[in-house]
Amino acid sequence: MSDRAIIRVQHVVKSFGKVTAVNDASFEVRAGEIFAFLGPNGAGKTTTIKMLTTLLRPTSGTLELDGLDPTQHQNEVRRRFGVVFQDPSLDSELTAWENLDIHGVLYHVPRHIRRERSETLLKMFELWDRRDDLVKTFSGGMKRRLEIARGLLHTPKVLFLDEPTLGLDPQSRNQMWTLVGNLNRAEGVTVFLTTHYMDEADRVAGRIAVIDHGRIVAIGSSAELKQQTGADSLEAAFLKLTGTTIRDESATAADQMRQVSRVWRR
Amino acid sequence: MSVIYILWLREVKKYLRSRVQIVASLGSPLMYLAVLGFGLGPVFQRAGEGKYIQFMAPGVIGMTVLFTSMFSGIAMLWDRQFGFLKETLVAPVPRLLIMIGRTLGGATVAVLQGALIFVVTLIVGFRPASLLAVPLAFLVIALIAVIFSALATAIGSSIKEMQGFQMVMNFLVMPLFFLSGAIYPLEGLPKVLAAFTRVDPLTYGVDGVRGVLIGRTHFGVTLDIAVLLGVGILFVMFGAWRFSKLEA
Repeated sequence: MSDRAIIRVQHVVKSFGKVTAVNDASFEVRAGEIFAFLGPNGAGKTTTIKMLTTLLRPTSGTLELDGLDPTQHQNEVRRRFGVVFQDPSLDSELTAWENLDIHGVLYHVPRHIRRERSETLLKMFELWDRRDDLVKTFSGGMKRRLEIARGLLHTPKVLFLDEPTLGLDPQSRNQMWTLVGNLNRAEGVTVFLTTHYMDEADRVAGRIAVIDHGRIVAIGSSAELKQQTGADSLEAAFLKLTGTTIRDESATAADQMRQVSRVWRR
Repeated sequence: MSVIYILWLREVKKYLRSRVQIVASLGSPLMYLAVLGFGLGPVFQRAGEGKYIQFMAPGVIGMTVLFTSMFSGIAMLWDRQFGFLKETLVAPVPRLLIMIGRTLGGATVAVLQGALIFVVTLIVGFRPASLLAVPLAFLVIALIAVIFSALATAIGSSIKEMQGFQMVMNFLVMPLFFLSGAIYPLEGLPKVLAAFTRVDPLTYGVDGVRGVLIGRTHFGVTLDIAVLLGVGILFVMFGAWRFSKLEA
């Protein structure tokens, strides 16, 4: 880990019509660290990730990833990160191997490197034996692991994980974080994650930023946040920082589709 | 090129693997062929128009290509939130290549499905005037497939909600089919209906296939192909533009 900032967000605002999802947020992520983004539903976590991953443009403010502006140098920035979205983005009608192979072609990874790296990653994520099976036959945990492996295929500098453990059982969650931790140590990839589970953030993240109503309300290590709020656990610190009110978001088109997809999965 | 190829290959692979879907998708064309084909056959014959199955087989092929193309594009809506599309949207490749790869893949699947129905029409008694005409007929079929795959991409990039799917089926796909002259001759239609049939690109597709295969055409095969080419270029450009504006 170094003190060099690989992500720099300065006074970023993102509004959708009347709603301001991110409101003057500023923070930095250091190269090689595991950085957790915590916040209640609708706090602006996913919007921030979408801006950093070139899917949305900020209304105002500046973003930087490895010294490049995602709105100006889209393709250069895209080559530098891997991302696992909140909703699955694997092709479930294809095999694990095919999913990785398409990713490699899209990211211009030469064929022999593509094969070598796919093999290494599939073995590391314990999916090698299932490489020729269709993804639709995989469990939730296996799909998530495959998505992370895919996100790492082109050896990115930053890996974004948007609530990667949502809906996974404790065993799968535990395994996933062990793997992500190993990877961070072995390859030095910076990890930017969001989660609802405080114990996960506490366990894996070097530094944590708490976002609420689109503003960064606190940033620091788990110990610092506890000290700052005088709380004895990260969960208590989080509740002190963000309050105990439950956030009722209005449902979007994506939420409605998520509902339908849940029905179909059963 | 490799990007276009791999995305094209993905669509084709998925099609060839989905055996159940292939069989299921034969259902509605078969129903049109069997029920309408044999049901309206005697009336058609009495009106002095010849064998109805000869007339409607090209129409059913056109319908299959329309439905298959439109469906693959509308599936994009789902794909965008819960599928592979998002993966391609953050990849360091121009959107145009992604759009072309997807559209060509979708169009290829539609042509394959059209070929399958062509074989089915042969089984139920359709006889093309000459087998030499078949390759040219497939050129026209390919044009139909590209037109509607591109249109579907444009629609899939523009609507956000699943309910929009129903709208598109009822207010676009079904009228495109019914106005195309797939199931009735274009001669002697009421003026309003005739005007509508003329703005439907599928009309020229079906007329072209029919012209090539059985020598019966309303506009002439040359005009049909010219219109299809023009509309094809226009729709591909429109689809590419909508796709480039897509926000995940």
